[in-house]
Amino acid sequence: MSKILMKGNEAVAEAAIRAGCRLYFAYPITPQSELIEYMAKMMPKVNGTFLQAESEVAAINMVYGAAGTGKRVMTSSSSPGIALKQEGISYMAGAELPAVIVNVQRGGPGLGDIQPAQGDYFQAVKGGGHGDYRMIVLAPSSVQEFADMASEAFDLADKYRNPVLILADGMLGQMMEPVEFQPAKTQAEIDALGEQHTSWCICPNDDGDAKHHHEINSLEIDPQVLEKHVNKMYEKYAVIEKDEIQYDTYNLSDDNEILCVAWGTASRVVKSAINELKAAGKSVGMIRPITCWPYPYEAVAKAIGPKVKQVYVFELNTGQMLDDVKIAVSGKVPVKFWGKVGGIVFTPAEIQAKLEACF
Amino acid sequence: MEVIAKRPATLTATPFTYCPGCLHGVAHRLIAEAIEEHGLINKMSGVAPVGCSVFAYKFFNFDMAQAAHGRAPAVATGMKRARPDMHVFTYQGDGDLAAIGTAEIIHAANRGEHISVFFVNNAIYGMTGGQMAPTSLPEMKTTTSPYGRNVDDIGYPIRVCELLDTLVAPYYIERVSLLSPAEIIKARKAVIKAIQYNKEGRGFTFIEFISTCPTNWGIDPDKSRDWARENMLPFFKPGCFRDKGAEAPAAGGTEVKS
Ligand SMILES: Cc1ncc(C[n+]2csc(CCOP(=O)(O)OP(=O)(O)O)c2C)c(N)n1
Ligand code: SF4
Repeated sequence: MSKILMKGNEAVAEAAIRAGCRLYFAYPITPQSELIEYMAKMMPKVNGTFLQAESEVAAINMVYGAAGTGKRVMTSSSSPGIALKQEGISYMAGAELPAVIVNVQRGGPGLGDIQPAQGDYFQAVKGGGHGDYRMIVLAPSSVQEFADMASEAFDLADKYRNPVLILADGMLGQMMEPVEFQPAKTQAEIDALGEQHTSWCICPNDDGDAKHHHEINSLEIDPQVLEKHVNKMYEKYAVIEKDEIQYDTYNLSDDNEILCVAWGTASRVVKSAINELKAAGKSVGMIRPITCWPYPYEAVAKAIGPKVKQVYVFELNTGQMLDDVKIAVSGKVPVKFWGKVGGIVFTPAEIQAKLEACF
Repeated sequence: MEVIAKRPATLTATPFTYCPGCLHGVAHRLIAEAIEEHGLINKMSGVAPVGCSVFAYKFFNFDMAQAAHGRAPAVATGMKRARPDMHVFTYQGDGDLAAIGTAEIIHAANRGEHISVFFVNNAIYGMTGGQMAPTSLPEMKTTTSPYGRNVDDIGYPIRVCELLDTLVAPYYIERVSLLSPAEIIKARKAVIKAIQYNKEGRGFTFIEFISTCPTNWGIDPDKSRDWARENMLPFFKPGCFRDKGAEAPAAGGTEVKS
């Protein structure tokens, strides 16, 4: 199939529709508005449901209701909107509902600005909502990956009955890159995907004899029962931590003197800097977590080659993933951090200078 | 022996968790009976709120979702949009619907969402122990209005039916009371009509029940019904505000003065 030049926001929307998403509820916010606009245009063409909700709070609760019927459903927003969705995300995690949420991050805190940032890492992976729960978090670094993650996120959500977050940023949402799409699922395939949920989802009873009573619910007033439920969820999370870790490496070798750790958009800039240094005969490697939860702790630890004297973390925040890197490195090598905030993306030259200072 | 009243099949065997004399149970029963009467047990699903009726998902004998506080109309929207072949209702208290969930109810009504909303107005927050609700009456004492609701400070009670009646889309809006057998029979008719419209896919239907909270009002069940009659009914006048299904609009919904 040929490649199409597309904005990230539109590519992820198109990929979601191809993956069988037929319900989408959201509220406009920059820099993800192209996503909601694309859905408004395309959903009616595939007999899908597009609904502009009155708020992010309503949107995520519409997702809760629709996910409760076992259908593929999605919402998207940017940082302040995702903050409002945290109530619903916690309820969905508690009720074990599959759904996909896209966060096209912008600068914060508060209303912040509308430029790319990575300030929502804590909110995404440390649980922005209340209670003991986990959410699978996928962080793309290209428009292609952003699009590919849509179908992957739905598969993971279905597999684990858990909300999945795609943690992109304003850069990926707004930039255009060539994308190749997977073929669109047929109606029969989409129906089959829904079938896997019929044992628990809200649906009409086919006939009076086969009457069921399914409950979509996160409330459990008996502490003993709630304890069991939360522990059962953590057994599921343990499986996810074992089976679903994803990361990418760049220029990793035993000659590396510095190991960089970066995710999403930031990793692209670091790559450019590594290339420059390589041309100058210096060996710097990088590991890029693709899943921010589950976090690739072991992989980061293993990526530290025999000559590495410095681990360097670069993020478009003040050091939120840094904590996880430190856990992975566990004091074996010094860990440094440099980041940019305010919605400003660092340049390859800036990263290069930071790295050169370590040699 | 002839059976003249039995537990409808649309209710599970789970005993209600309501206080003695509370009218939540009556409202449940009316809804359950109407659903049974319309033969919708296999096609109906409901959304339980946060409040004393939080366990409604255990009481109704079909698929139920439990929603976050105030969000039931949004959850119901998602359910109905995902499964248009299914019938959906929400059950909500006044704190749930008229405070934290004000936006959700207004917008679901404004979209003409094809759901039925059953709204229990007892002028107080029951579950959390008797705090002031948006529907608490002027001068009404609650744990968070210990000197009486001061309307200069915190405004007047919100009349939800009147508010929703300003919107174009809703199909049927009626306020009923549950304070006597005669009123319950009237309420029953309204609920049956709401479920009928729901069954026929006509649009957004809304029933407000004037109810009581003997526990948090600190009044025994009998007297609490008198209290509601004397204090609530003048402010929350029962009547049909909107019935697009009737050939001629029913009476009621007349202007009320505070
Ligand atoms: C977000 C949130 N805020 C507050 C609460 C606490 N809460 C539980 S029930 C309730 C009031 C319910 O009152 P109402 O809707 O009038 O129902 P009733 O209990 O009177 O039947 C409140 C404030 C909550 N569960 N969630
Ligand atoms: S607290 Fe009030 S509303 Fe709640 S069950 Fe008791 S009487 Fe009913």
